[in-house]
Amino acid sequence: MDHSHYYHAPDLARFGEVGKGAPALWEKFQAWYGAVFAEGALTAREKALIALAVSHAVQCPYCIDAYTTASLEHGSNEEQMTEAVHVAAAIRGGSSLVHGVQMRNHLERLGM
Amino acid sequence: MRVLPTLQKQQHALASGAAQRRRLAELPLARTFEAALDGAGLLPLVATGIDVLQINVGKKCNQTCRHCHVDAGPDRTEMMPPDVVDACLRVLAESAIPTLDITGGAPELHPDFRRIVAAGTALGRRVIDRCNLTITRLPNYRWIPPFLAEHRVEITASLPYFQGRQTDAQRGEGVFDESIAALRELNALGYGRAGSGLVLNLVTNPVGAFLPPDQRAAERDWKRELGRRHGIVFDRLFTITNMPISRFLEHLDEKGQAEAYLMRLVQGFNPGAAAGVMCRTTLSVGWDGTLYDCDFNQMLDLPVGETLPRHIRDFDAARLAGRTIVLGAHCFGCTAGAGSSCGGAVA
Repeated sequence: MDHSHYYHAPDLARFGEVGKGAPALWEKFQAWYGAVFAEGALTAREKALIALAVSHAVQCPYCIDAYTTASLEHGSNEEQMTEAVHVAAAIRGGSSLVHGVQMRNHLERLGM
Repeated sequence: MRVLPTLQKQQHALASGAAQRRRLAELPLARTFEAALDGAGLLPLVATGIDVLQINVGKKCNQTCRHCHVDAGPDRTEMMPPDVVDACLRVLAESAIPTLDITGGAPELHPDFRRIVAAGTALGRRVIDRCNLTITRLPNYRWIPPFLAEHRVEITASLPYFQGRQTDAQRGEGVFDESIAALRELNALGYGRAGSGLVLNLVTNPVGAFLPPDQRAAERDWKRELGRRHGIVFDRLFTITNMPISRFLEHLDEKGQAEAYLMRLVQGFNPGAAAGVMCRTTLSVGWDGTLYDCDFNQMLDLPVGETLPRHIRDFDAARLAGRTIVLGAHCFGCTAGAGSSCGGAVA
């Protein structure tokens, strides 16, 4: 198997292999992950859209593939999914921009 | 409306059922369908009766949908001959099968469609017309809605999404607008309206290589959005998984998604759905009278087991009602997630 490049799409299906190094931790993760995405105060559809947005924020291509499929399978459409990505992008952009206040604070300290 | 040549017209490599079976056999699966059933304690898969006689009266259709498992279209000529129609109606009359499910192609294009419907309803059976909606908008077929209403035929109509772009991407440009016009006319006749007794169910297949959403949640969305946007009402929404055969298999190959889609179906195997698959209660009749376990096996040229009566004129309820179902890799399409049947999710 060729392991000479990063982010190989078929590797998503091998996610479970990560459990080999620490099976007990993997089992706990699996149980927790399953519970997180179960229908609760938020619907499974809403959770999939949040996961899709977060996938973009953390820039995880595996997660993007997985939650694009999951969002479709929970009945979201392209418009809703794109808006979710914009939410992630807006927070990322906004989080950079809000640091401008820090810049201004320091400017204040240094300036006259 | 935009229509495309069928696989048969294109002389495409996947045009025949045998070629589709060969292609499916090439795809690596984590386990066979038989092994999955065995693990669920369901092997051999045996029919529990015949509640539905589903007759595929022909492959001619006014549309060429991208996901069509029949490879139906305007260029198809297969039509159930009158003697086979007679044999189907004789079986219905001489048996207690409660439901006659008429499919195609666009079944209304069959010259004997009205005779079949009238005979079914005269026998007091529940008659279902699997209608593509747009057929009712063609000048020579404007008789369909009032005729169906008069005979109180249950309509199961295809509408993949409540928005135009997705619907037209799957079913052809212009299909959504015509479908909405057809639904409005059916509503005006009473179809889908509470208390009318005229049943209008919608069917959605995913517009792509993924599983359908939860049927109840989708039905709530469809009812809200079709009501809000178009003032349309209907009874139930059926979610149906795209079957990896015929034109959808061609689409998967074109996108390089055949293996991934099969993997998704295998991964989604649900023993609960497997126990409720429609082939256990349905007998499918091909346009030439050949008997199949389902419409999908029909398109793959997989008739009922070779020791059984294989033509409608040889129908034998006792032998067919408890038959062992013929299986293949495509069967994962009916058992993934919440399952899939002509009546929607099964689990």
